[in-house]
Amino acid sequence: MKINLFDALTRAFGETAVMVAISLGFAIVLGGILGLVLFATSNPLFIKNRAVNEAVGIIINVTRSIPFLILLVLLIPLSKLVVQTTIGPAAVVVPLSVASIAFFARLAEISFSEVNKGVLEAAVASGAKKLYIIVHILIPEALPQLIKNITVTAVSLIGYSAMAGTVGGGGVGDLAIRYGYQRYQTDVMLICVAFLIVLVQILQFAGDFAAKKLNRK
Amino acid sequence: MIEFINVDVSFTNSGKEFSAVKNASLKIEKGEIFGIVGSSGAGKSTLLRTINLLQPVTNGDVLVNGESIIGFKGEKLRNLRRNTGMIFQHFNLADSKTVYQNIAFVLKAAGKSKVETDKRVKELLELVNLTDKADSYPSRLSGGQKQRVAIARALANNAEILLCDEATSALDLETTASILTLLKELNQRLGITIVIITHELDVVKSICSRVAVMNSGEIVETGGVYDIFTKSENEFTKQLISHTLKFDLPDEVLANIKGTVVKITYHGDNANNPILSYAANTCGVGFNILLGKIEYINKVPLGILYVNIFGEAESIKSALQYLASHTESTEVIYDENKSF
Repeated sequence: MKINLFDALTRAFGETAVMVAISLGFAIVLGGILGLVLFATSNPLFIKNRAVNEAVGIIINVTRSIPFLILLVLLIPLSKLVVQTTIGPAAVVVPLSVASIAFFARLAEISFSEVNKGVLEAAVASGAKKLYIIVHILIPEALPQLIKNITVTAVSLIGYSAMAGTVGGGGVGDLAIRYGYQRYQTDVMLICVAFLIVLVQILQFAGDFAAKKLNRK
Repeated sequence: MIEFINVDVSFTNSGKEFSAVKNASLKIEKGEIFGIVGSSGAGKSTLLRTINLLQPVTNGDVLVNGESIIGFKGEKLRNLRRNTGMIFQHFNLADSKTVYQNIAFVLKAAGKSKVETDKRVKELLELVNLTDKADSYPSRLSGGQKQRVAIARALANNAEILLCDEATSALDLETTASILTLLKELNQRLGITIVIITHELDVVKSICSRVAVMNSGEIVETGGVYDIFTKSENEFTKQLISHTLKFDLPDEVLANIKGTVVKITYHGDNANNPILSYAANTCGVGFNILLGKIEYINKVPLGILYVNIFGEAESIKSALQYLASHTESTEVIYDENKSF
């Protein structure tokens, strides 16, 4: 039993790490792109386009208004389609990614809109191409803020991943519910909580450090 | 070089149309330093931004080198912008980039190779005297240094036109002077056409050759700087100038005045002649100068004196006649014997 528990714990920790890492990867790339689209289509210096801006905005808002627990269930058919299974960490990566893409898209949009407009105007006035400005000015200028928001996204993803455990998603949340709650093994519960606390602390520290290092203001 | 033909710019803000520039026509010659002045909200910035199409024109036309630019798009527009440098009140350097990288950005964006970029950045840093700051981030620089970097960036692609949007308004007097000197030097060395918008007439006075005055979207007057400062008949211009030159006698002084007080304005050549001492000697009157100021505009003096004249009534009369014929204007603003 004791050895089994140790195995179960390490497996759960690994599953949580993988779930969070994969979803965070999707959130950064796809959420970042959506955030960029939201920003660029609202700014006359880039490609102001109300229709695209509102369409993307509505999709993100709809996704964000669905409570994550419901999104988990709602996206079961999508998980089945994409990863051929409806249980385990692979299956919950789908709803986790969808939720965190929408979450990070808004935060990324805010990070981009906090970039000094004058700096962007100066770049446009220099005759640089828009895509070139986005890659070489907008993203580097927004980077410290983007990193802070990636940290926020990662922390809430850890919370979501624990919730995903309750519907058979695996990971630390699953372990805490099955052993800690249903089997009254308080020690397992505490270990799970401690693991989550340490993970969040490490992420927050690393994020703050990187953001500070990159901020040249 | 740059010509505005009946330019209108209007914005629609929550259903309401607001016209920022109204029917502006203006011609700026190649190689000149042209000033556009006016109080804030006069539409100066908007008009300036039509030259590189940061601001689209609602009606009218803008010509650069004889070609209408208002329909420019894509590569043609980017070429226009590379040929038109711009500097700003708040410098607008990228904080995430070093001085070197800020300048290199516009060169690489224009498709220059790494070798070409490196050579040009070094040249430019030398031009603005910041070679030792190449690897510093903007947050480590003073305002004047930041504006120098911005100037180097604006000129990187060999611009023929430099647009200055309140470029010295965030700087102290000394730094303003050094930036203006640099601009004048660049104008003379490179033959670059400079358009300056500012609310500070001091800037115009020290480096511009011609100036346009804007008030609520309209160009109310255009002319040589000296003429505008000395001969303007326009109420708005006169007001703007009197704010800058502070040529008015304080009320406290006026309240305690005795005798005859005249306001003497003299321009150009007669500013160099000893008019007062001559009048004192020949007419037998005494002078007490209450307020005096001589401004030099493009090295031509413009002087204003408020003088209290003492003496016999007859002597004063002849002194006034002498002054009137030897100055631009002599105006009696107070006379003890007459009430005003």
